[in-house]
Amino acid sequence: MNAVSREAPERQEIEALLPWHAAGTLSRRDRERVERAIASDSELARRLTLVREELQETIHLNESLGVPSSRAMEKLFAAIEAEGAPAPVRRSFDLVGRVSEFLSGFAPRTIAYAAAAATVAFFLQSAMLTAILMKDHSETPTTELAGAHITTNVHAVIRFSPLATSSEINSFLNAHGAEVIGGPGRNGSFDIRFTGDLSPNEIVRNVQRMQSETKVVEFIATKG
Amino acid sequence: MQATSDEELIGRIASGDRLAMQVLFARHHVRVFRFVLRLVRDESVAEDLISEVFLDVWRQAGRFEGRSAVPTWLLAIARFKALTALRRKPDEELDEEAAAQIEDQSDDPEASLAKKDKSAVLRKCLEGLSAEHREIIDLVYYHEKSVEEVAEIVGIPENTVKTRMFYARKRLAELLKAAGIERGWP
Repeated sequence: MNAVSREAPERQEIEALLPWHAAGTLSRRDRERVERAIASDSELARRLTLVREELQETIHLNESLGVPSSRAMEKLFAAIEAEGAPAPVRRSFDLVGRVSEFLSGFAPRTIAYAAAAATVAFFLQSAMLTAILMKDHSETPTTELAGAHITTNVHAVIRFSPLATSSEINSFLNAHGAEVIGGPGRNGSFDIRFTGDLSPNEIVRNVQRMQSETKVVEFIATKG
Repeated sequence: MQATSDEELIGRIASGDRLAMQVLFARHHVRVFRFVLRLVRDESVAEDLISEVFLDVWRQAGRFEGRSAVPTWLLAIARFKALTALRRKPDEELDEEAAAQIEDQSDDPEASLAKKDKSAVLRKCLEGLSAEHREIIDLVYYHEKSVEEVAEIVGIPENTVKTRMFYARKRLAELLKAAGIERGWP
């Protein structure tokens, strides 16, 4: 009796997984659990056949729904044409477009896919940096910003770690009294400068301190 | 040659690549359409909604974080659109639909059973399920979504996904029994 009581919840749990087992969407661990249970429980095996009937008819039912007319696609692309570029960031700041282009050529596609999470983080940080850039140079005519690098008073060139988040980069720049004033370059680097009137030696020391923060910085060097 | 992944397409869409948008649409629009159609039960509305779903993808591609698979993301957007559309439906229309559904359940399965077509009766009973139960059955059986993915699409805890699926199947068994098919479960 006690054994039955102990088994019942386990059996219920296995039974609840049968639909996913039939659809082939269980994790390997759960799949093996279900298979072991079915092998020793003929009633569970019979119930799995019921689940498979349901699955088969659900597929049949859905497949019989047909396909949408071309109207859906026409309507979609008419709307897209009317809207123009998709990403709000790209619409506002052309530099981010350049960041995207840089990212798409950053690595072979297979590598880029494997590093998808890092790439997304990189994209976000680039967007954030562009926002900083735009904010800091709000008086600069848009055409100049959209056109290319701003190279005035560049103290250093930096490439951030693809795994650094935008907030980490923001804090890092604030902590070192630095601001992004241009980029990204072809290799993903950004131009930065330090606030205040620093001597060349102070700039070198700042860069050395930043270099030690490898969580955020991939590469940094003085410029000029 | 390996096909471009959905995630790569989203990345290209974010940079304004219309060709990538066409590929993504071609790859997923039929399944999204069927998912929506099963919820709203109106082809014209379903077609409008899939345009809206993919337009959202075009607009939000830059914000896609890759936390879920692209098809799961699409179905989550589609579900939201479908439920919004259903809420906009006048109550009278919903009542008429519900009445038609009840009528279907009492008559058609029996008629089909008379033809000794168990498969047809099963499909009829699947159609007779509530929207909530249809949705979960479709997501699991047709769209091949895992427990975790269903939880994400529907916005409910994983244990609730399993429970809801159980009750959807139980309801299906009751409809089958009412139509004369006794399966010995539950």
